[in-house]
Amino acid sequence: MAEFSRRDFIALSSALALAPSVGAAAAQPQQSGGTVIVAFGAGTPRHLNPAVQSGVATAVPGTQIFASPLRYDANWQAQPYLAKSWEVAKNGLAVTLHLVDDAVFHDGRPMTSADVAYSILAIKKDHPFKDMFAPVASVDTPDPHTAIIRLAHRHPAILLALSPALCPILPKHYFDDGTDLKINPKNSKPIGCGPFKLAEFVPASHITLERFDKFFITGRPRLDRIILQIIDDETALVIGMEQRQTHVQFFASEPRDIDRLSKQPHLAVTDQGYAGVGPINWLEFNELKKPLDDKRVRQAIAYALDRDFVIKNLLLGEARAATGPIHPESPFYTADVDHYALDLDNANRLLDAAGLKRDADGTRFGLTVDYIPGPSVQQQGVAQYLRPQLKKIGIDVTVRAAPDFPTWAQRVSSWDFDMSMDIVFNWGDPVIGVDRTYLSSNIRKGVIWSNTQNYRNPRVDQLLAAAATEIDPAKRKAQYVEFQKIVVGDAPIAYVNAVPYHTIYDKGLGNVPTTIWGSMSPLDEFYWEKKPA
Amino acid sequence: MALLSLLVRRLLHAAGLLVAVVCLNFALIHLAPGDPAQVIAGEMGGANAQILAQLRAAYHLDQSFADQLWIYLAHVARGDLGRSYYFNAPVAGLIAARVPATLLLVGTAIVWAVAAGTLLGIAAARRPDGLVSHLITVLSLVGFSAPVFWTGILLILLFASALPIFPVEGMHNIAELGRLGWWGGMLDVLYHLVLPATTLGLLYLAQYSRLARASMLEALGADYVRTARAKGLPEWLVVYKHALRNAILPVVTIVGLQFSQIFSGAVLVETVFDWPGLGRLAYDSILRRDSPTILGILLFSALIVIAVNLLTDIVYRLVDPRIRSGP
Repeated sequence: MAEFSRRDFIALSSALALAPSVGAAAAQPQQSGGTVIVAFGAGTPRHLNPAVQSGVATAVPGTQIFASPLRYDANWQAQPYLAKSWEVAKNGLAVTLHLVDDAVFHDGRPMTSADVAYSILAIKKDHPFKDMFAPVASVDTPDPHTAIIRLAHRHPAILLALSPALCPILPKHYFDDGTDLKINPKNSKPIGCGPFKLAEFVPASHITLERFDKFFITGRPRLDRIILQIIDDETALVIGMEQRQTHVQFFASEPRDIDRLSKQPHLAVTDQGYAGVGPINWLEFNELKKPLDDKRVRQAIAYALDRDFVIKNLLLGEARAATGPIHPESPFYTADVDHYALDLDNANRLLDAAGLKRDADGTRFGLTVDYIPGPSVQQQGVAQYLRPQLKKIGIDVTVRAAPDFPTWAQRVSSWDFDMSMDIVFNWGDPVIGVDRTYLSSNIRKGVIWSNTQNYRNPRVDQLLAAAATEIDPAKRKAQYVEFQKIVVGDAPIAYVNAVPYHTIYDKGLGNVPTTIWGSMSPLDEFYWEKKPA
Repeated sequence: MALLSLLVRRLLHAAGLLVAVVCLNFALIHLAPGDPAQVIAGEMGGANAQILAQLRAAYHLDQSFADQLWIYLAHVARGDLGRSYYFNAPVAGLIAARVPATLLLVGTAIVWAVAAGTLLGIAAARRPDGLVSHLITVLSLVGFSAPVFWTGILLILLFASALPIFPVEGMHNIAELGRLGWWGGMLDVLYHLVLPATTLGLLYLAQYSRLARASMLEALGADYVRTARAKGLPEWLVVYKHALRNAILPVVTIVGLQFSQIFSGAVLVETVFDWPGLGRLAYDSILRRDSPTILGILLFSALIVIAVNLLTDIVYRLVDPRIRSGP
């Protein structure tokens, strides 16, 4: 809610730059232009419209093509974007957005509040994350530059839901043509009012984005072109970065590769930019299967899983520990829970207390463990590690490999599993990405990343429902703190680590995205400080 | 006349074969656990039950297997290959976009494998106990035993780290897209083609050189060759015009028979080298449970294999006059 908007700042600094310089105090000339080639490992997106499709592969290009009411900085503070200012009503039932008056879409037509209303209602209807805009009753548009979102109940998550990846503003005149938005072929040829327009989308090859000259923030974007080169092979990703064929890789998560590339003289590495995504790597238990229905058994496994060993040896120290349902970089995180530090004696005691005796060769019972297929050491590596480790407490673990993702998803979503490794994202506000794992109302067979653990705790249901509508920040935090303590105590899941997403980039690049949303945010400030030779 | 009746018989066979291929592949795909709705949910990082139900209804996944098969066959009979579940784009368009890349890769691999294999085979046959012959035998054994993807990865590592002269992935230099002229673009593609085509061809080079060697040895020992030499014809004429013409027949046969294998080798090579061809589309589509695309590609491949077998028969008739007068 800056009084001194970004445009004013740029205008002022440009004026200072052009003014007769006062010796060495003159502002640096703004570098601009050039092409950045991104090593894009997220796969070919189905299409480029984040309004009806979540996921990284659509969000990275989508947030360049589309703009949103708000954008976020590295401290979870909302910043003006299409909304130059905004107010939340005292009763929490309305959010008024004051829109900029000079934003135009890539076809030249102006962006107005009608587009904002259309977009929010379309996202509410068709986006896979229903909880983001479900409480939106209507969006009033008293004038072309004001949009008032009216809520059926208080919904503190609404401000994060207006982020670039979650609330792209679509041009109504282009998309509202009678076709179901979910299958509209224009999703692969989108136009928006973001800093870049789509030049070319060739599946399995690349996505080319070109600078939009009439972007409403003057002087932006600074790059001429961004090319997302779709590279599926892990080795090719690394080699491309080493040989300077690609300049930046977002969402790099394999510790060996990160380590190797960080040693390259022309590359730098940062782990900033992923707090919004909030990705957690964990081991989930199916509470329908005996003896996992007994809390003591689940806790015993959690005590036996040596998180420090996994992080230090398998993940080469590149990841932070995860200790609960909320990501450590979230403002709602609390570390004040049982960390289940390695304690084999306690684990054995718990299993004895649960009445699971060891037989002649020391085995109490057997369990299978699944994992998301792929070369990831966080998934396959940890699953393999469980075999010798859980043997120490008398559990005979069989690692069950799935040939591909849908096979794994089928098994877990139809509750045909004992334990499984999994990676789940928080998506910013807990209402969006955390509730779905713990609410008893979200136990749905056949839906992956729902409450597949069949975890039921009425107090947790109560707390999550209350926190979803609590607008007092202190009270809300307290509710989530209690929620974390209860869930960690009940142990439906053994939390291992925060997924170590890193951005690897050429040292000549400036303004590498490190806000909470990272590259799922407009790259309008990204530029070549020093272009490669 | 004989050729015409041959064609008609082949086409009838082909039609029956294609229907069988479609039915079999349809069954296989539906046996795989998981469905496209789950894949889409996976890519989205989660979905709600309502959206999954909508997707499943849209793709007829809630109907019986027989109904789904019938719907698909009816579409194919009309020439409609359907729309991809994943991309929501016409399958025919997706395939057409990738065919040139695969044909380029497979075509180049076959041509160089046959050419190099034949030349090596001839060289080996002329001096059966010489160094070249023994080298070829060893090379053949290694080339034949090594899995295609292993050779590919080895070449990638060699040319990425040790000798970075060839690009190790993709078909174009992305940075120069749109900036190179027609000629420059062609050269860029050829440059990127070197490693994948070498990898794919290497396996077959091994076989063809052994085959050409054996076949040439036999040809060079025949009476007509002795006659030709006795007539005083220069050696190169004897070898390349007379003996080769007979020796090449087994190689042609094997190429025709193996064409379908080369296609499956192309799947591996395209995946390893990120070559945007049909093989990679097939592999990705299986992972995505994108049935219309998989079936479209399999149908297309079956068509190609049938066409190639027909072509082989025709080439035979052209090369070998003895076959022309057959039944």
